[in-house]
Amino acid sequence: MTETHADYRLSQLDQLEAESIHIFREVAAEFEKPVLMFSGGKDSIVMLRLAEKAFYPAKIPFPVLQVDTGLDFPEVLETRDNWVNRLGVRLVVASIDDAIANGVVVDDGKTSRNRMQIGTLLNAIEENGFTAAFGGGRRDEEKARAKERVYSHRDEFGQWDPKNQRPELWSLYNGRLHEGEHMRIFPISNWTELDIWDYIGREGIEIPNIYFSHQRRVFVRDGMLMSETPLNPLRAGEVVEERTVRFRTCGDISLTGCVESTASTIPEIIEEIAVAKLTERGATRGDDRFSEAAMEDRKKEGYF
Amino acid sequence: MADTVQPTNMDLLRFATAGSVDDGKSTLIGRLLLDSKSIFEDQLEAVEATSQSKGYDYTDLALLTDGLRSEREQGITIDVAYRYFATPNRKFIIADTPGHVQYTRNMVTGASTADLGLVLVDARNGLTEQSRRHAVILSLLRVPHMVLAINKMDLVDFSQETYEKIHAEFTQFATKLNIPDLEVIPISALAGDNVVNRSENMSWYSGPTLMHHLEHVHVASDRDLIDARFPVQYVVRPKSDEHHDYRGYGGMVAGGVLKPGDEVVVLPSGMTSKIAGIDLFDREIDEAFPPMSVTVRLEDDVDVSRGDMIARVRNAPTPSQDIDAMVCWMTTTPLKPRQKLAIKHTTRTARALVKDIQYRLDVNTLHRDQETKELGVNEIGRVQLRTTVPLLCDPYSQNRTTGSFILIDEATGVTVGAGMINSGS
Repeated sequence: MTETHADYRLSQLDQLEAESIHIFREVAAEFEKPVLMFSGGKDSIVMLRLAEKAFYPAKIPFPVLQVDTGLDFPEVLETRDNWVNRLGVRLVVASIDDAIANGVVVDDGKTSRNRMQIGTLLNAIEENGFTAAFGGGRRDEEKARAKERVYSHRDEFGQWDPKNQRPELWSLYNGRLHEGEHMRIFPISNWTELDIWDYIGREGIEIPNIYFSHQRRVFVRDGMLMSETPLNPLRAGEVVEERTVRFRTCGDISLTGCVESTASTIPEIIEEIAVAKLTERGATRGDDRFSEAAMEDRKKEGYF
Repeated sequence: MADTVQPTNMDLLRFATAGSVDDGKSTLIGRLLLDSKSIFEDQLEAVEATSQSKGYDYTDLALLTDGLRSEREQGITIDVAYRYFATPNRKFIIADTPGHVQYTRNMVTGASTADLGLVLVDARNGLTEQSRRHAVILSLLRVPHMVLAINKMDLVDFSQETYEKIHAEFTQFATKLNIPDLEVIPISALAGDNVVNRSENMSWYSGPTLMHHLEHVHVASDRDLIDARFPVQYVVRPKSDEHHDYRGYGGMVAGGVLKPGDEVVVLPSGMTSKIAGIDLFDREIDEAFPPMSVTVRLEDDVDVSRGDMIARVRNAPTPSQDIDAMVCWMTTTPLKPRQKLAIKHTTRTARALVKDIQYRLDVNTLHRDQETKELGVNEIGRVQLRTTVPLLCDPYSQNRTTGSFILIDEATGVTVGAGMINSGS
């Protein structure tokens, strides 16, 4: 908790929290229809906590949007429901299955569900008339994200133009939009993976239990440990075995790998990350491995 | 499941780097990240692979900081990039700005939030036009601490004479600037001398290493803790049964220390009241200071809304519609007198008319050009504005939050200017 010191020093976690709360309030004050994009992962849970603090004792004045890929971990959906119920916020679910059924996105058998999230998300934003969408992206995650603004402008096609971003100075954010455009807002831009864990530990908040060490039936694919699930059929030569694992990120079940780990508490996780040799995305995210610029390309199209 | 744990009690330093690829800036940042173990194996492997495929015989650490495909293709940095690393006592946020392309705009952006500015020069070349320019911008943006890192000392045989000469030349130049705290450090980013580890090649140098200085420079007292300033951002009204009468004003403290019981004035209305309580989430706190985000409750039911400012009765900013400021222009269409723009200052947005452009500042020579009556892209000048409503402003030299503003093109919605207030009248 924040303690006031004689020398008026604020710890880095308190400074990050203050900056994020400032961003949430700024958006709530200036945008007509914000929404918080919630994946159920640790970053979006920290966002929800910050939003809770920003408006307390009032309720969070905007809904929560989740893209249902049909490939979500059940543990993640359970945590999502617990949070939404406790905070009393409205949940908007945009389902990829519905989007396929309605012809919003095309399932050609070759496009991954991860990719189909983009069309589903953009359609949900447009249909609901959302003008600002909070995302849990952090600049330490990925090279393209390191250059993205806190207020990230999207044109009427939902596209990001990395070469033509608005300068962002002091704590003065520019939320001007034209008809049909929207803004992606990244309130935890300056947080690192370690900050997120420190904060989850400090706040004592609920996160999906797949982040903690557990027994799981897994198989090796492309050098990653993948969950055994009907959603992810085995290929020739793949062998299932039980291992002690945990997840470092929560993506879709067909692309997100786990790591062998005995870390079952937050201090243990923090200790593990401190000596980790791979980035969380590099280690366990199939979606970022396709090319060096995978994230940049998806972001330009309208990804989170 | 999640037990409450005591987080590490680190503080935070934001610093901006300036310099070009030729000065070894990216190599230096790569070295700081590498030596503080903030780079992961997969990141390093990617950089090694790229270096190899380009035919380099060393790992080009600069590739770590080139984020976008077009940057890698063109071998340039086009935008401000933010980097993160931490040592046991401090977390660092680097705003890494390119030296050449759009330099002023990007440097102003990076410096706007920086506690410290790091300027790099090549020991072989000494001060260049570019390094002077970087120092001028840091000074204009009132970045309180500056480090001049004299790099590539290995290429001048670690010569003390070279160091002293550049040091003296810079000190001479800096008398024209506003740099409250300067440290001049001789380093070799490539070999690591005086970056994290003390150099064995420069026993004549008794000052701190770069990392030691970054870790210990005192920044907490840089903020204005005297003049209470609380721009109201958001009115918190739960309208629930439990909190039926709750009415709080959310915002980030921009200056001074606020305490319950303080007599305050709400601007621009001039109504006075007392602070009834200060809330941080579900707790009442005894005092709030910058940069805390809190919710302030007042004793009286006065009319307060977003864009208002809470200050002390005998120490309040001047409400002003005539603003005298230094403006950095950031778009290709020049700024001209009579132009109308949107202006955002703290939580208040208004429209502004350009009354006059007094002079254009040559950031290389500090010459004031009074002949040109317009500002082109990446130019800085002294501008007089008239606003539609009063802004509650302080001089930028006193408060970087209540003394700054951005200018927005009303047709395109783009941020086209950044302003630092000299005075309002």
